[in-house]
Amino acid sequence: MLRYLAIRLLSLALSLVAASVVIFAVVEVIPGDPAAYMLGLNASPEAVAALRGELGLEGSPVTRYISWTGGLLQGDFGQSYTYRVPVGELIAQRIQVSLPLAACALALTVLIAFPVGLIAAARRGRAADWGIMGATQLGIAIPNFWFAMLLVLVFAVNLHWFPAGGFPGWEGGIAAGLKALTLPAVALALPQASILARVMRGSLIDILHQDYIRTARAKGLTRHQTLIRHALRNGLIPVLTIIGLQFSFLLAGAIIIENVFFLPGLGRLIFQAITQRDLIVVESVVMLLVFAVIVVNFMTDIAYAIADPRLRRRG
Amino acid sequence: MTSRQKIPLQFLLGAMLFGAFALAALLSFVWVPHDVATLDIAARLAPPTSAHLLGTDHFGRDLLSMLMVGARTSIAVAVLAVGIGVLAGVPLGLWAAARRGSLIDEIIMRGNDLVFAFPSLVIAILITAVFGPSAVNAIIAIGIFNIPVFARVSRGAALSLWTREFILAARVAGKRAVRISAEHILPNIANVLIVQGTIQFSLGILAEAGLSYVGLGAQPPTPSWGRMLAEAQTMIYTAPRLAILPGLAIVLAVLGLNMMGDGLRDLLDPRLRRARK
Repeated sequence: MLRYLAIRLLSLALSLVAASVVIFAVVEVIPGDPAAYMLGLNASPEAVAALRGELGLEGSPVTRYISWTGGLLQGDFGQSYTYRVPVGELIAQRIQVSLPLAACALALTVLIAFPVGLIAAARRGRAADWGIMGATQLGIAIPNFWFAMLLVLVFAVNLHWFPAGGFPGWEGGIAAGLKALTLPAVALALPQASILARVMRGSLIDILHQDYIRTARAKGLTRHQTLIRHALRNGLIPVLTIIGLQFSFLLAGAIIIENVFFLPGLGRLIFQAITQRDLIVVESVVMLLVFAVIVVNFMTDIAYAIADPRLRRRG
Repeated sequence: MTSRQKIPLQFLLGAMLFGAFALAALLSFVWVPHDVATLDIAARLAPPTSAHLLGTDHFGRDLLSMLMVGARTSIAVAVLAVGIGVLAGVPLGLWAAARRGSLIDEIIMRGNDLVFAFPSLVIAILITAVFGPSAVNAIIAIGIFNIPVFARVSRGAALSLWTREFILAARVAGKRAVRISAEHILPNIANVLIVQGTIQFSLGILAEAGLSYVGLGAQPPTPSWGRMLAEAQTMIYTAPRLAILPGLAIVLAVLGLNMMGDGLRDLLDPRLRRARK
């Protein structure tokens, strides 16, 4: 297990380095002069030069890359050009919306998908299974931002149960904050829950064809007992991977959903930064998102190895 | 696969559903009920009538015509993005499989993992932040994310073929890895690639809709389903029809493609068909 952990940690570190090089190259090297890009076409050469100094763009790309990543390692994300505050501060503020949103959506996804997938597998081939498969097929096809609009139309515009958008801040109490995040979280969770429920069903059905399940049935366990005691634990392994992958979809999805509900999260921040050409903010927030995805994938791998000892040996 | 084999109902339904959109998109090249470039403010937000079957939008443009041209944008972006994925991903996957366990295999697969670590939307955001929003950049952004998908699928399918006897025979006959990959491996993994292609196609339509919804896809005046939704959002109180119909178009097109994909998989992979029963 230690050897496996060491190899995984090394590959985690390499992925992070590679990702940072790619992001740095796309944002700071390909556009040529980021300062000129940020100020637009009509900027005077003096202004561009001043901004270059301010952003620390004088050195070679290599020294700039080292100082950027060195800063990141110490929690220094650089200075936002438009907001005139450290990017770290902006992120700390915005993440209070994005992280709870992604977490709520993930929790909802699992809470919906597990029972639904289990029922479909237990009743496979019957009406309940057909109904669930049809509904999830539809769920996968629905773009989450459009589903979000429909939710607003029904639950905010017509029923007035939830706010149509905006975020009161956590100072206003946890209840008000959660209320503002409910519709966005549901919109994010539905398509993902549909995918997860189908994976869960497929994985359970695969396992129900195994010999040891036949043995369990032969020794007198009922269909439901075998499903819960034997199939579920083994069937969770592929489900775990998908949950890990879904985290990145939820993060990316949150970027769009935040724009539907005007939530002041990282997604709004990134779009405002794009329109204001604030490359430093774009660069740091993208790196943060990719960092989160890579770390979550790493943790999924580890969870995997704990659940299935065979994987450890394969390294 | 024999000719007597029954074509799955799911595939037929899906093909009919998606085919309708594909036809509408093709038709829009030669004919639309009303020109989408002309604005008719006097007729804005008109309800469905015989002149405008689905009504008009806030600029008085015919909604049906907008949806038809929008189908064109969606399908074109998704097809080209799948093309990028196939053209770059399949050779990479075949190469990795031919040299399995070697350094090049390792490099290709780790490169794949790296691209997978970027949520596709984040790639799109990076690209559009630097190069500006456009349909072409949306295609590139979605296409890049398709590359590792096709590389992984073709490597996985090719790996099991490399141990088969007919490949061994080809090797004994002195054929080189490139020729074996092209002549023997590729035709045998075509099924898997077609199924994956359908899935990526539907994901591409969803991705294009998402990107153009946040303004990073096709730019005005090119109609796109995603941007129609974005524009309708502010009028959701007064004209919910404008917010509902483009979304419905996306759902039905994607649903049709997914059903086609599932049906094709059942048809092309007999092992799955048995397991599902």
